Amino acid sequence: MPELTDRALDTAVQRGATFADVRQTRRAEESIAIKSGRVEGVSFGESEGFGVRVLVDGAWGFAASNRLTVAEADRMAAEAVRIARASATALRHRVQLDDRPPARGTYQTPVVEDPFALSVERKVGDLLAADEAMRRVPGIGFTEVRYDAQREWKTYASSDGSLVEQEITHVGAVIEANAVNGDDMQRRSYPDSAAAGGYEWVRDLDLAGNGERVASEAMQLLVAPQCPPMRTTVILHPSQLYMQIHESCGHPCELDRVYGTEASYAGTSFLTPDGLGTFRYGSELIDIVADATVPGGLGTFGWDDEGVAAQRVPLIEAGRHVGYLTSRETAPRIGRQSGGAMRADGWNRIPLIRMTNINLLPRPGMSFDDIVADTDEGLLLATNRSWSIDDRRLNFQFATEMGWQVKGGKVGQLYKNPTYTGITYEFWGSCDAVADERSYTLFGTPNCGKGEPGQNGHVGHGASGARFRDVQVGVGKW
Amino acid sequence: MVSERDPGSLELAERVLRHADALGATQAEVLVDQTESRLTRFANSEIHQNVAESNTMVNLRFVDGRRVGCASTNRTDDAALRRLAESAGRIARLMPEGDEDVHLPGPAPIAYVHGAAAVATAEATPELRAAAAREVIAAADASGVQAYGSFTTDLEHVALANSLGVRAQEARTWSQLITVAMGAAGEAGYAEAAAVDCTSIDAAAVGREAAEKARSAREPVSVPPGDYPVVLEPYAVVDLLDMLGYLGFSALAVQEGRSFFEPGKVIGSPLVTIVDDAEDLAGAPISFDYEGVPKQRVPLVEAGVCREAVYDAQTAARAGRRSTGHGLPAPNPYGPFPLNMIMSAGDASRDELVGGLDHGLLVTRFHYTNPVHPKLAIVTGMTRDGTFLVEHGRVVGPVRNLRFTQSYLDALAGVQAVGRERRLLRGFLGASLVPALRIGAFTFTGATEH
Repeated sequence: MPELTDRALDTAVQRGATFADVRQTRRAEESIAIKSGRVEGVSFGESEGFGVRVLVDGAWGFAASNRLTVAEADRMAAEAVRIARASATALRHRVQLDDRPPARGTYQTPVVEDPFALSVERKVGDLLAADEAMRRVPGIGFTEVRYDAQREWKTYASSDGSLVEQEITHVGAVIEANAVNGDDMQRRSYPDSAAAGGYEWVRDLDLAGNGERVASEAMQLLVAPQCPPMRTTVILHPSQLYMQIHESCGHPCELDRVYGTEASYAGTSFLTPDGLGTFRYGSELIDIVADATVPGGLGTFGWDDEGVAAQRVPLIEAGRHVGYLTSRETAPRIGRQSGGAMRADGWNRIPLIRMTNINLLPRPGMSFDDIVADTDEGLLLATNRSWSIDDRRLNFQFATEMGWQVKGGKVGQLYKNPTYTGITYEFWGSCDAVADERSYTLFGTPNCGKGEPGQNGHVGHGASGARFRDVQVGVGKW
Repeated sequence: MVSERDPGSLELAERVLRHADALGATQAEVLVDQTESRLTRFANSEIHQNVAESNTMVNLRFVDGRRVGCASTNRTDDAALRRLAESAGRIARLMPEGDEDVHLPGPAPIAYVHGAAAVATAEATPELRAAAAREVIAAADASGVQAYGSFTTDLEHVALANSLGVRAQEARTWSQLITVAMGAAGEAGYAEAAAVDCTSIDAAAVGREAAEKARSAREPVSVPPGDYPVVLEPYAVVDLLDMLGYLGFSALAVQEGRSFFEPGKVIGSPLVTIVDDAEDLAGAPISFDYEGVPKQRVPLVEAGVCREAVYDAQTAARAGRRSTGHGLPAPNPYGPFPLNMIMSAGDASRDELVGGLDHGLLVTRFHYTNPVHPKLAIVTGMTRDGTFLVEHGRVVGPVRNLRFTQSYLDALAGVQAVGRERRLLRGFLGASLVPALRIGAFTFTGATEH
């Protein structure tokens, strides 16, 4: 509807905006939830609207509406300008955007099997089969299966000449078995992930084929001994390492957070610009990139929500902090151009700096199994269960669903309630092995919270598994 | 007062009901949620984000015997509403037959509370919010720190209609000012105020509280992790209530066996009483839930003893009782939640709470808490924005932030004193009215660098 976007831009500029952009977005979502054999909820939702963002007197304003009319475009543009003028009454630094040529083009997520074209009946059948496989295991308490699909059609236009159209499709699924005995409850899940693509991604998970294993492992956890407190070597399976990357690298590399714009909510970052290029973040084995171009990632797109083309940006190279996730506003402050990380959760939210796909690159040499075989004593931890990190992203603590003792290169005793904790740069500095590409997996995190009002981000993380020395495990009183 | 009646909303809901009926629904429920949300955000003592949103969501729950389909849209033209009914109906008819009857609530008289909405909040302008931000910033400037925070003014108009005759509608407003004041070395203090009526929020006072706390947090020292008696400010206590509400006070959690909650079970000290009461004007009053059921006052914990969980229509039917009015928009696999928790005040002043610590910590608030073991309510998180060492009943100075790994049930059991002042605060579950608490032992398991 170019008439609407053109009108919003024209009105904003006529009313005094020195820059304006408008995003018109339609989002379709389908979700299916199954609990213990019962279809608990199936829903289909559509939401459509547009948001106008303006710069007036060096200050931002934004207004969004679900009413797709030219008159409403005028009204929202005027409202955004009025809001920006109010912002300017408490402004100490005028916003400056990086200079770049206009973006033009289209992008579409490659999809083999359209998740919205496939019948609900078929999808429910697949999910019920996975649920039934879990419930075949004697003693299991309750089970859950969840499936989500989302497609967004969005048009971005700006007063400096950009016009891009994108169609982005994401799917996600998880099966979960819970074993209960008195006050104890143990969860085992698979894979609790998501991807850009079609239903083929869900089919490849073989949820039904993994149901019995997942439920059996939940029952094993119920009788497993408590993970003992100790300092030891930890081997993180990709199913946990991705969350470590998310919390302790992805978030602290967001340059808006570094400059304090999230300080009142999610916090700030220890990765300050004075250490850019020199700060020792981790061991020399650590190479982490923000890659919005990798196929299948939840952070993959054609352009970000400021019209900046998808890029691969190094964040950590050989253990040193070398880059940030940036926007057109923040990048010039470190002498760079935007890395294309501005993303908005729908038509009614402003874009914020968000993770794209934050990937720990695999290293040739040792497979994940080689790393286990190379470990005399330690703990192998798999599948994230809980996460927490301080407001500068330093002190973290994670719990995983599974923890196995590793002794003499062999996987042995299973422990329940495993936890580990540390300080981010000390932890990454203790990494002495990163697995090769054979175990490399791209995970999707569809629930990354940020901003006020709250925004839910879809981000990706690639990981192959890694080993860390002298880590505190078994935290808390049990 | 903001008008509680918006004929357009209920008429919209009725139109969708007619579409559902024409498509053969055996029962149907329509929720129309109109929102006007505005938020002004500031950081580094300037406004950096400033947004407004106008939206109308229409949710349909279409029941066909024992099968249910749900659909939602924010298009309100008749063709879109017809498609909405067709989508929900198609989903329902593709479902396998369920093993239990579907129980939409029947009509019940709603005693509308007065005070769910305030015209000042509904009509709050960007200039009003900017003025509040400037007051906070001025307080920060006066203390030599910088201000970070946000000021929200929201209007929501909720309308509900179902095929059994439920008709309900209400305007609700909410405003909230949060502030972190931060000094050059990263020392920080927090303050927050929330109200139905935004004009009752004293922005300058919020700014001063945060700024003074930041000043008092300069040059923190390290203390070793371990067990400490603590005084938790209301900003921290709200997390206890939210987490317990999320993990345990829902009837669905009880029915699935994942809750700690059992009627008659002792989980707190005799000083602990928590109710969910949406009619209390000191909270954020509302009259009905998202199924159109009148809100009931539910005693969750009385003098440390579990009393009742909260129910929606479906969990109530399973238990052979009536909904307590705690349903959320369909589809809702997470079950009912208490959204208006109120913890009874005690008789201790803040000085008396702190004065009861011989060697302990005063904690302003928690950060990024997450359950480690849901059924034991073991939670980990960090302290933030003002943590202080208390010796012989006096605050002696700031300490670096600590990580805790603590059963929130054990924390409730360890409550030694309850503050007599309470604050209305918004956690992740809703608006809660909470006092400060003194707790005999709290387990800190790690430390950070600031």
